[in-house]
Amino acid sequence: MAGPLLRIRDLHLTMTSFDGAAHVLNGIDLTVQRGEIWGLVGESGCGKSLTGLSISRLVPTPPARYIRGEIRFEGRDLLQLPMREVQTLRGKRIGMIFQDPTTNLNPAYRIGEQLVDVALAAASHDASVLDCPADASRREKRRAARRLAGDMLDRVGIPNAKARLDNYPHEFSGGMRQRVLIAMALIGRPDLLIADEPTTALDVSVQAQILKLLKGTVADHDIGIILITHNLGVVAETCSHVAVMYAGNIVESGPVEEVIERPAHPYTQALMAAIPTKQSKRGTLKGLGGSVPNLVSPPPGCRFAPRCPLAVAECTQALPSAVEVGTAHHAACIRVTGTEVASDV
Amino acid sequence: MSEPILQIENVSKTYGARRTLFGRTAEVQALKDVTIAVHKGESFGLVGESGSGKTTLTRSILHLETPSAGRILFEGQDLARLSPADLRRLRARVQIVFQDPYASLNPRMSVRDIVTEPMLVHHDILGLSRTQRTDRAAELLSLVGLGPQHLSRYPHEFSGGQRQRICIARALASGPELLLLDEPTSALDVSVQAQVLNLLCELQDRLGLTYVFISHDLAVVRYLCNRVALIYRGELVEEGATDAIFDAPKSAYARMLIGAMPEARVRREVS
Repeated sequence: MAGPLLRIRDLHLTMTSFDGAAHVLNGIDLTVQRGEIWGLVGESGCGKSLTGLSISRLVPTPPARYIRGEIRFEGRDLLQLPMREVQTLRGKRIGMIFQDPTTNLNPAYRIGEQLVDVALAAASHDASVLDCPADASRREKRRAARRLAGDMLDRVGIPNAKARLDNYPHEFSGGMRQRVLIAMALIGRPDLLIADEPTTALDVSVQAQILKLLKGTVADHDIGIILITHNLGVVAETCSHVAVMYAGNIVESGPVEEVIERPAHPYTQALMAAIPTKQSKRGTLKGLGGSVPNLVSPPPGCRFAPRCPLAVAECTQALPSAVEVGTAHHAACIRVTGTEVASDV
Repeated sequence: MSEPILQIENVSKTYGARRTLFGRTAEVQALKDVTIAVHKGESFGLVGESGSGKTTLTRSILHLETPSAGRILFEGQDLARLSPADLRRLRARVQIVFQDPYASLNPRMSVRDIVTEPMLVHHDILGLSRTQRTDRAAELLSLVGLGPQHLSRYPHEFSGGQRQRICIARALASGPELLLLDEPTSALDVSVQAQVLNLLCELQDRLGLTYVFISHDLAVVRYLCNRVALIYRGELVEEGATDAIFDAPKSAYARMLIGAMPEARVRREVS
């Protein structure tokens, strides 16, 4: 079997701030294979978006600095590649979708023009994207690109796609704009798609359609997806795997059924307990006390220890390393040992 | 059932066609013949997607928007027939908590100023002196889980959840009976959302408040509300007890919404 599509190993990232260097990513390990949808969940400021942006090298350095670690995309370390080569990957082999579809489309250009531009840029790297010979005239290429743009819009479920190519972004609803962005991200036939909160700004019914679309894309094209979200519900419905992040660390990761049904890390358990379900009685939801630690001077040892209901003295000694708690299911907590979960959980 | 505190009777709202730089815009019917009754002491959930008319309805309840047709009654009084002075007095009894606690607090005002402002506005009803206002502000802050030590701080010193608590304290300052909660937790993380939801439950039990909870998050609505109304494109689609709607939705729209609701559990697919 070929190597993994993406392998992040021991990634450390600091950001310079007025108060000093904030250690925002603190040893991220993540492996994504083709056909997998990884959910990256956590609360605001846990580093989930920075992990996604790091993969497409969109984190400005400075103020950011990669202390150590590697991000291998099909074996090549993206952190070592010159920016010119990263640019040949970005948008072509690695696609990105962001949260706010409004700010990511140019309001002054028609949807079709924006899609055609992306298609032509992708074709300059891989001519097979456009279904026309490599020595075709610019006019023919443009026509092929427009055909492709129409097909892509149709594929992401925009009714009457051909005619809507001539619309401007403001004539589309939020859900449709997000579909345009997905179409745009898929035009270059990426192998890895990073979707950063793609449905947060959308209604649930539209969200369900977009998530279904992402799932279908993985099945049809055998690509890998990293879905960044704060909604465990979205993860449970869409992802094959999940990594839970807290203050720059992945505290728990594994197949989605495992993690959702048997959360091992106290933080994952607390997150699950905070979601209102059908069974929750009024006034009995469990919130999580305290707040996210300051990353300039993070608490010693496990960063979750100050808020953890199970914390003991040893928790502040060293950062816990991930232990296997089930099939491919890891949790970074010293109170969780082997396949046995601490008895008083 | 107790008497209704708020009655919305056949309310419609049409925004007229306007002439703009690029020509005429079409007429928009934001609300079509909506009838809802909210009873004292209940939590009433108003659910709808973007563009469904939730906001227009909220603004109409606050009388920031005049309905094109129909009446809105607060304890039997028609809002449209009140004199400006009466309307102002009524506003002490109907307060709102907005969605975004980062945008709805003035960064240049201290928490004391923020929480005492409604008491100043409604001075004729409340008649509190300066020291009484500060005492009341401190009391309100402890009610929402903050403390008197926070009085002289500014909004930027607080986290999102704490800011939303300040917004709630401000809404409670004039001693309202009806609170409009416009997506009060959608800008917050789940762990913080849970705390704010619990606080809302607790406040309702202690102060006997009536809530109109506006949201598109069905899980939150199911948790907090006893009755729910679904609106779609300005029309009331379904209304009833929360359990009844979630267990046996009658309309196709309700079934679709509930089906689309992502739940944090594993759905075993039957093949």
